[in-house]
Amino acid sequence: MLGNFSFRVILESLPDFGYGLMATLWLSLLAFAGALAVGIIACAMNLQRAKLLHVPAAVFIDAIRATPLLAQLYFLYFGLPRLGIVLPERVVGVLALSLNSGAYVAEIIRAGILSISRGQVEAAISSGMGYGQRMRLVILPQAFKVAIPPLLSQAIVLVKDSALLSLIAVAELTRAGQLLASDRFMPAEAFLTTAACYLLLYYGLKSVAALATLRLGLRPAALRVRA
Amino acid sequence: MIWQQLLSIASSYPLALRGLGTTVVVSLIGLVAGSLIGFAMGILRAGGNRLISRTIGVWVDLIRGTPFLVQLFLIFFILPELGIELEAFDASVIALSNLAACFICETVAAGIAAVPKGQVEAALASGLPQWHQMRHVVLPQAMRIILPSLVGQYVLLIKDSSVVSAIGLTDLTRVGWLVVQRVPNGLLVFAIVGLGYFAVCYPLIALARRLERRMGAAHAEVQL
Repeated sequence: MLGNFSFRVILESLPDFGYGLMATLWLSLLAFAGALAVGIIACAMNLQRAKLLHVPAAVFIDAIRATPLLAQLYFLYFGLPRLGIVLPERVVGVLALSLNSGAYVAEIIRAGILSISRGQVEAAISSGMGYGQRMRLVILPQAFKVAIPPLLSQAIVLVKDSALLSLIAVAELTRAGQLLASDRFMPAEAFLTTAACYLLLYYGLKSVAALATLRLGLRPAALRVRA
Repeated sequence: MIWQQLLSIASSYPLALRGLGTTVVVSLIGLVAGSLIGFAMGILRAGGNRLISRTIGVWVDLIRGTPFLVQLFLIFFILPELGIELEAFDASVIALSNLAACFICETVAAGIAAVPKGQVEAALASGLPQWHQMRHVVLPQAMRIILPSLVGQYVLLIKDSSVVSAIGLTDLTRVGWLVVQRVPNGLLVFAIVGLGYFAVCYPLIALARRLERRMGAAHAEVQL
């Protein structure tokens, strides 16, 4: 029974959870920056007509979307040393998260660009704009506005996904829970605290996203299924 | 060298098949149970009773706000402390069904909310009882919105099922993990694992895209 649920143990290990919380936040932030970079490049390539650019990007996006993050993580974790690339676990984890979220970011940006009505492009063409000008002055600013709410919800997904890094022994929030559970044989205390910390992050990020969406006068993200 | 490794990997194909089988079975149970519970929750969530709707909303938010790995650990390690004995398989199925139900609930509720109010009023005016309004008027129209994202949910579920390897269930990812201890070529082993998932997920993703296009076209028709 949970009769001997010990708040004392939770209090004692709060510093560990605080550290884990910061680590999760920091790793997710780095990974999100990486995902934006990967996503912008992949999307730009995917939208080209030249096969040499389009095909690799499309294959990358589909391959990521049709396989689990955990398999991708193990692919890099067990695979990179094979290529003579030995990186700390944290770096491998951030890399895997960036590539994974990058594919979804690419699709979000693409959806944003495709949502711009044809008339906008035609108007730009008839005012004599070239491809670069059209993209920079007409399409991208509008596409970006459409893309911000789903990008924010992808960021929230990313924070939760980062829990998998605990499985390659990266010191973060879930790992803090695992360690407490195995050191003191107190899984209830350990994982309930872990869950509470994630909820703290979740509600925090959710309010920030809602505030940003409101301030920018955007439509909130529609119920999005990332698959 | 690489041929030797390929042979060595090929020799563990019974294990790989069992792993793929476990992945498919676990996700399939999660899918069926999750759909049933999710639809029921979604209908209740969209329904009139505020207390029930709010309670479901809070539960869904709690599940959406925590990583699946943590939910799995909670179920696997805490239920036994409450006196409920369960194996890794049971814990996985419970966790996956719950996850699926929560995501499907939100999809269903959003689909129902998107049906124009006039439709419900018309059904009410024709004297249809409440369940028939739902069954014959609202749900069929809501399905247009629900269906494409439902297929997407199933892909998500199959991918999320890889996490159950963390509590020792021998699914496809776990098989990769076991094989890589013996054959030290992570790139090759996990590329093959990835292919296994790809073979199951990609047709579903393609289906979801097609449905989305078709349903999108259907909507465009209505809006015109």
